[in-house]
Amino acid sequence: MRYLTDRKRAEGRGSAHAGTEHHWYMQVSAVGLALIVPTFLYIFGGAYGGTYEEVIAVFSRPVPAILTGLTLFVGLKHFQKGWAMFVEDYFHGTTRKVLIIFMTAFVYGLIATGLFALAKIAL
Amino acid sequence: MVELTLPKNSKIQTGKTWPKPEGATNVRKFQIYRWNPDDGKNPQVDTYFLDMDKCGPMVLDALIKIKNEIDPTLTFRRSCREGICGSCAMNIDGINTLACIYGLDEIKGDVKIYPLPHMPVVKDLIPDLNHFYAQHASIMPWLETKTNRPAKEWKQSIEDRKKLDGLYECVMCASCSTSCPSYWWNSDRYLGPAALLHAYRWIIDSRDEATGERLDALEDPFKLYRCHTIMNCAKTCPKGLNPTKAIASIKKMMVDRHV
Repeated sequence: MRYLTDRKRAEGRGSAHAGTEHHWYMQVSAVGLALIVPTFLYIFGGAYGGTYEEVIAVFSRPVPAILTGLTLFVGLKHFQKGWAMFVEDYFHGTTRKVLIIFMTAFVYGLIATGLFALAKIAL
Repeated sequence: MVELTLPKNSKIQTGKTWPKPEGATNVRKFQIYRWNPDDGKNPQVDTYFLDMDKCGPMVLDALIKIKNEIDPTLTFRRSCREGICGSCAMNIDGINTLACIYGLDEIKGDVKIYPLPHMPVVKDLIPDLNHFYAQHASIMPWLETKTNRPAKEWKQSIEDRKKLDGLYECVMCASCSTSCPSYWWNSDRYLGPAALLHAYRWIIDSRDEATGERLDALEDPFKLYRCHTIMNCAKTCPKGLNPTKAIASIKKMMVDRHV
């Protein structure tokens, strides 16, 4: 129990002068993903069920390979920022920080793994 | 932090059932949340019966009748009885609204009345709104000017005055903020829809000269950006206002000065 005035509690530590960049990034990446994901699914759907050589041939072409790379990077970054927002909503204190660090590391791991696999196929 | 279960001392128990009015044919059942900080007991829901032929049309009429004729210990705030003071905000039939302008005929079945959700309770239907009011005070709800005061008045065009419509009508009843899940989980840092609607009311005022400072003060991942456009606030507002739109407008102004 701390003897703080209501105004002191409401003011907290003032403004962090941040948040707009995150908000704008989420808006832009959401619009980007709305275009990228259907195109990626169209290409992926076309290759789905093909032989090994046919799939390799599809993802060796520049447009499908770049689009797959973009989907991986933008999609997972969007997911990571959305996850951070979710964690900020529902968890406080050290749990919040640990979960954000864990998910950030996990997402960057996924991006790196995906891009490595894509490079192996495409190059 | 999100809490999925109530603390032990907040679990609601079945309370007292008061007798039905004798000889009444048009009887309605009211289930009302009761909690007294002085008796050390858990909250309970008491059951009352009212003769609707002798009761006014609004929920507040029923509450006043219960207090006057059945149980004088029932505690609630009320003042103007016409939806302008915001005192009698409570959760009625699952909706945060003003008891004085919510008709009993709008409710099907038993009438269930609880205090505004996720707020500390002072007694019965009275929530502790100190933090809510302090958050409102923190957004500087007054005209800030730097230019010398004009001899007569601060002028405003008709078009600029129209921008305040849908904002100035807020009566600070707290129905919106207490319906917002983001406010439930993070009310210590998130200002909530009511305070943000008022913030926008002053940001958009053509006479105010502290727009930049106001936006600076709000640019925070929690104070402003905890709004996830859930829109419970707009749905529940007993005055028909749209705090979500006001918050979106603030976010747009933030982006406009950022990009």
